[in-house]
Amino acid sequence: MRVTVQSAPFDPAAFLAGFGAGRADVGAVVSFTGLVRDDSGQMQALEIEHYPGMTESAISAIISQAMARWALADARVIHRFGRLAVGEPIMAVATAARHRAAAFAAAEFLMDYLKSRAPFWKKEIGPAGAAWVVAKEGDEAALGRWRSEP
Amino acid sequence: MITVLYFAWVRERTGVATEQVDTAAPTVAALVDELIAREPRYAAAFADLSAVRVAVDQVLADFDAPLAGVREVAFFPPMTGG
Repeated sequence: MRVTVQSAPFDPAAFLAGFGAGRADVGAVVSFTGLVRDDSGQMQALEIEHYPGMTESAISAIISQAMARWALADARVIHRFGRLAVGEPIMAVATAARHRAAAFAAAEFLMDYLKSRAPFWKKEIGPAGAAWVVAKEGDEAALGRWRSEP
Repeated sequence: MITVLYFAWVRERTGVATEQVDTAAPTVAALVDELIAREPRYAAAFADLSAVRVAVDQVLADFDAPLAGVREVAFFPPMTGG
């Protein structure tokens, strides 16, 4: 397991380098990279605030849940904070498992939980000023399926 | 003495990121009531508690969580990571 929280940009290819390699029990690696999207067409930057200390422990707890539930061989998460430009990678997750179904499901689980259980707050900076991104009801609802599905 | 932290718009409303609070409040909810009674900026931050989340010693908690032995309480809006 590896958790990285940093303000510096990261290279998604470097994030994946060596992940799941050299193991006989890994048949599937799934990764997801989130980029800064501009829905308004006027965004100048995205600012991400976080809770140092809790951020790392909350992400580790989420990864531990995923590793136990899907018997993952390994998992990695990287998440940036600070000021980001449109198009830059914000975060990435990677999961390694024996089979692809577990790797895909665990990656989705990690994404769903990182959205609403890891202490990050996004603020969009535009020409008219700055506005905090409001959590979507769908983000919270997305967690529901992980409670019901085996 | 409890370290209280505020994040995102909760921080902007209280005007501080972190402070030491001398309190005997038995629960998070009681601490919030004490803060609200202090100054209007806290009343503004805690005007809608349904929009505020809390962590106790860096673990998500409820407003009825006890504060005995607790070192750190944080208040913030629903998280928007990912």
